[in-house]
Amino acid sequence: MTLNGLSVFYGENLAVRDVSFGVAANRITAIIGPSGCGKSTVLRSLNRMNDLIDGCRVIGDVAYRGIDIYAPDVEAVEVRRRIGMVFQRPTPFPKSIYQNVVYGLKLAGIHDARDDRVEHALRQAALWDEVSGRLDSSALGLSGGQQQRLCIARALAVEPDVLLMDEPCSALDPIATARIEDLMAELSERLTIVIVTHNLAQAARASHDTAFLTTEVDDHGNRTGVLVEVAPTDRLFAHPIDERTEQYITGRFG
Amino acid sequence: MTDTALLPKPSTQPGFGPVLEPSQRTDVRAKTVSAGRRRTDKVATIALWCAVLAAVVPLGAVITVLVAKGFGVVNWHFLTSDIPSVTGQTTAACRDITPAFRAKYGINCSPPAPGMGPAIVGTLISTGLAAALAIPIGILGAVYCNEIGVRTRLASAIRFFADVMIGVPSIVMGMFIYTAWVVRFGTNGRSAFAAALALACLMLPIVLRSAEEMLRLVPDELRHANLALGGRPSQGVIRVVLPAALPGLISGSLLAVARAAGETAPVLFTIGVTLSLNTSPFGENTTLAQQIFSGAKSGLPLANQLAWGAAFTLVAIVFGLSALARFVASRSSKVQKG
Amino acid sequence: MTTVRTPSPSVLPAHRTDGRNRARSGRRLDRAFSGLTLTAGLTILATLVGVVLATATFAWPAFRAGGIGFFTGTTWSSQTNTFGALPMIYGTVVTAVIAIILAVPASLGVALFLTEVCPRRLRGPIVALIDLLAAIPSVVFGLVGVLAFHNVFQTVFRAITGPKANGSSLLTAGIILAFMIIPIITSIPREGIATVPGHHREASYALGATRWEVLRTAILPAGSGGITGAVMLGLGRALGETIAVALVVGSAIQITPDITQPGTTMAEIIANRFNGEGMGIERNALMGLGVVLFMITIAVNVAARVVVNRAQRRNAGT
Repeated sequence: MTLNGLSVFYGENLAVRDVSFGVAANRITAIIGPSGCGKSTVLRSLNRMNDLIDGCRVIGDVAYRGIDIYAPDVEAVEVRRRIGMVFQRPTPFPKSIYQNVVYGLKLAGIHDARDDRVEHALRQAALWDEVSGRLDSSALGLSGGQQQRLCIARALAVEPDVLLMDEPCSALDPIATARIEDLMAELSERLTIVIVTHNLAQAARASHDTAFLTTEVDDHGNRTGVLVEVAPTDRLFAHPIDERTEQYITGRFG
Repeated sequence: MTDTALLPKPSTQPGFGPVLEPSQRTDVRAKTVSAGRRRTDKVATIALWCAVLAAVVPLGAVITVLVAKGFGVVNWHFLTSDIPSVTGQTTAACRDITPAFRAKYGINCSPPAPGMGPAIVGTLISTGLAAALAIPIGILGAVYCNEIGVRTRLASAIRFFADVMIGVPSIVMGMFIYTAWVVRFGTNGRSAFAAALALACLMLPIVLRSAEEMLRLVPDELRHANLALGGRPSQGVIRVVLPAALPGLISGSLLAVARAAGETAPVLFTIGVTLSLNTSPFGENTTLAQQIFSGAKSGLPLANQLAWGAAFTLVAIVFGLSALARFVASRSSKVQKG
Repeated sequence: MTTVRTPSPSVLPAHRTDGRNRARSGRRLDRAFSGLTLTAGLTILATLVGVVLATATFAWPAFRAGGIGFFTGTTWSSQTNTFGALPMIYGTVVTAVIAIILAVPASLGVALFLTEVCPRRLRGPIVALIDLLAAIPSVVFGLVGVLAFHNVFQTVFRAITGPKANGSSLLTAGIILAFMIIPIITSIPREGIATVPGHHREASYALGATRWEVLRTAILPAGSGGITGAVMLGLGRALGETIAVALVVGSAIQITPDITQPGTTMAEIIANRFNGEGMGIERNALMGLGVVLFMITIAVNVAARVVVNRAQRRNAGT
């Protein structure tokens, strides 16, 4: 995926200005930066979730496999089918585990091999062994980490090409976090992952490439997110080019 | 930048087919959402628009008709003069006599000019008295539920039965005051005060519940701050919580007043009827709503005309109160946001 | 400025006792205030009890004279002193059911529209319009229904069902009631839908759901408790609504399966017939109708509130 001159407005407010970078296929790209720098805004513009926010305008283009997803002949629903998303807090529906995973298949009208697909998705999300005996119990009875993996399984069931993760571990304990990171590494063999995280260690550990955003404040006190630097994770953490990146990763601000 | 692996990916698991064809999997322009889903989505969207029209069109119709039929009737004379007595006989008698005869004996056969003054005054008196009774009791009751007896069974019982009482038909309140007040005082029992009692029964639960919602919006920090400064809980309520909630309390009370002003059923058996001005809370009186009801039932054009004029006036009053409530509420939310 | 440096008076011994006095009077203030608010709160319960006792006592002679015939009889005559409430009960139920059938889809549509479809700029005005619809006094609905739209209703009904249809009928009353309860049924699901499932909604969209699919699978189920409760509240209102119905229902004491014919409801006959002293036992019988109406609406409202409260608690919980 390629972001080219992406700016996002909320009403009159410019939330993110002129962000351009590429997301390589089958790699994990982390977006890092201080709170309020527009990390999530950038992420949500990659599968048009921003369409759902009133007064949100996107300028510039986001190309996915060479096609601008904001082009008039592209429907948001088609984009989201291929570019799945996992949210900050686990968002299981108040239904059974099985019904949660099968939800996307139902929407897509896929009837064949549903059970196999559900099992496959749960296995991919490393959840199968824990829930295989109780697929009909409520998803709300799972632990936070399990719920989040269920949401990943739910997203994987429709076999997306890209998975967007918006601070997927911020509500989880370290053990659950480690499992999700392992999972991401495994999944990246088959799909592209973009993850927003406020946890620098996580970005360093779990991603291949890292984009660093920061906040600029103009004369009127308006805060706007801008891209500072994007590079392979090893390089960015070892030899940051921009001074602001260095300051941020060494903990001197943000 | 680099889309390195553009090659179709191998199917991850043999045994069942791919969700999307390999070519579709990465082409967002491919239409994979079925025509059926697409159509359902369109139809649903149109249906939702229609639902809104179904709710808004009757409103438009009512207002258009009111303006068309009522606006012309309302003028200064209408607002201030007594209600003319409308009977079929006057018109019938006049039809048979010549203009010369009328002039000779000074008989005035031109239809009396419509007036609604007494009903406007009666509406103001009965609604005002009802507000004076119900608003303080309602707000104090809300204070009990949200500040004093928080989480007690009694408080939730009061809350629950207030909700239930909001659903009690207003005519039942009229019958209640009829049995409990009017019959005790015979014909003298009918008055603006009796009507106010019935309207107050109607307003009380509305005021209580809306006041409670407003008190709930006051952040606990304010209560704690009062206690931390050595204030008594009651002082906290009086000096901190109630002032903080004041705009909301006013707005909620105004809406309850608007509701009561337009009510007919509770007034029907409790206020009696009069065609001339009565500014006392006692003695028979009348309200706009009551006049609309009797005018609407009548087959006489003048009575209908009176009803339209009264309806226009009443809706103007009620909308005015609602608008005022909205204005106060919006002011308060602006103040709170800073 | 100097006052700042003065030692705080409360630390001086002479003022300590004063403080204690103040504490005592403060406690008294607290207690008096609590008592006052408690009394106010109890007033509402007392009123409700008062309504039951006063109306039931007053209606008792009619219940005693009529017995079970009061509920099953089909004649209502002050000449023969026979009072059977069945036509009124029938009309009340029929008009309320018509109103619910018409109002529920429209109300749900409005609620869903406001949460998901409505452009943001239109949302405020539409909510304001619906509130305005709720603010119109019922007597005005009745006036407009009977004087301005009687012929419109009659023409339309006749075009559909034949020349016998009447513009003042059970159906007219049902239609007018539907408009009156749309704001009520809209408001509660609107709250429920707006507060609950922000994340369910996003999760559905992220899985490639269309807007209608999000509404149907993620939003409607989450609001279902609130919707049921709201429908019942609307039903309660429709059953008890008096003045608008009294003007448009046609006031005919009969039980007819043809809803385009005039009928009556409990509230209608009370409003149109009850004129106080000198009515004899019909006055008690009308009061009896009031009691029956009160009991029915109380039952519906209690059930509605239980459902709504449970839904709200559940929404707050998740």
